[in-house]
Amino acid sequence: MDLLWASDESLSAYDIQAALAGADDSGRTLAATTVLTVLARLEAKAFVERERSTRPHRYRAAASREEHMADLMHEVLGGASDRTAVLERFVGQVSAEDAAQLRRLLSGL
Amino acid sequence: MLAPGLLAALAVLLAWPVPLLLSRAKWTHRSPAAALVVWQAIAIAGGLSMIGALLTFGLAPFGEHLVSGAIGFVTTVGSGEPVQPNELWNVLALCAAALLTAHLLLNLVLTVVRSERQRRRHAELLMLLSSPMPSGYRLIDTPAPIAYCLPGALRSVTVVSAGLIELLDEPAMRAVIEHEKAHVRQRHDVVLVLFRAWHASLPWFPIAYRAQREVALLIELLADDYARKSVHDAVLEGAIARVGAGRDDTGAASASGEWADAASPDTLTVRVSRLNPQVSALPPAVEATIVAAAVLLLAIPPVLLLMPTALAMVR
Repeated sequence: MDLLWASDESLSAYDIQAALAGADDSGRTLAATTVLTVLARLEAKAFVERERSTRPHRYRAAASREEHMADLMHEVLGGASDRTAVLERFVGQVSAEDAAQLRRLLSGL
Repeated sequence: MLAPGLLAALAVLLAWPVPLLLSRAKWTHRSPAAALVVWQAIAIAGGLSMIGALLTFGLAPFGEHLVSGAIGFVTTVGSGEPVQPNELWNVLALCAAALLTAHLLLNLVLTVVRSERQRRRHAELLMLLSSPMPSGYRLIDTPAPIAYCLPGALRSVTVVSAGLIELLDEPAMRAVIEHEKAHVRQRHDVVLVLFRAWHASLPWFPIAYRAQREVALLIELLADDYARKSVHDAVLEGAIARVGAGRDDTGAASASGEWADAASPDTLTVRVSRLNPQVSALPPAVEATIVAAAVLLLAIPPVLLLMPTALAMVR
């Protein structure tokens, strides 16, 4: 996934396979089918888009890493919205009153 | 027949004055575990007595008790006899009981399915964006100080951010991790889902909202207590203060309006203020009494519902 995020243009499964083999100096190469399986899964989860016009198919990240991160942060830090309900945060909503109280406490510590 | 009246009275008590009193009580923060048991007893007994009151009232003209009433009702309907005008209210009550049961169950299922879907989506995103750490949690590379756990049916994930590691020293980090571990170990997500479902089924009902808020706070207190077993109070206090003080800019303005109707004071202030030796837990005997009272409360609606049947069988 990092490869696709780093790459400006779309990559074929073979490009990815070669790049992965280069990155890993243990000398082992992932089977092309393994790479394709992973890509198919990522596609099913809408993290990756496939260009079907070319052969072999080429893959591209659906959104940049930053966009995903912003999405994640929105869920984690977001207000009392329904989407954040599944998370159990160490510190959730912080009201202005709370924050003032905590700053007083910190200056005393 | 006494049962419908008693059950209705219980339903009204549990719908309004009792939860209100409990949410204002001072002892709940000293003994979050016992308070949590009471909240669950109120929610379940309240729902049961509401449905039970409608059911017993509806079946009253068809038989002396629940079972004979149900048999009488089925045979009356089965024989195709028209319902007597004076029985109309009873039939309406039966319909209301069926609708209420379906509504509550459906909302529970919906809430569980919805949170499971959210959880899975968040987990997928998280797996791509975070890297595993040797100590069993995952790290996201962002400057904001964040710690949370994503509860799962089989495996829960605890997540911390690079910003948090930078902000907190080693013992404070441990306090945070222990706090999150407590959420995972004690399956707080299950309790939360129950109360979220209750709130979702009765959105116009202020008590359900208050109950959900109060339960969420109690869960945090429980997790704090768990963390206090392995780190010093002052360390946990510092961790909460540091993480909280850095977070006041995010959505504070919008939140204050939304939370203003809740009479309970601010969550973090409550959490910090009880972290000192003067605030001790309730004596075990008192806690045991509270839990016993909750169990008794839970037993009342089924007893009221089934007692006439049992008596009739004995006779």
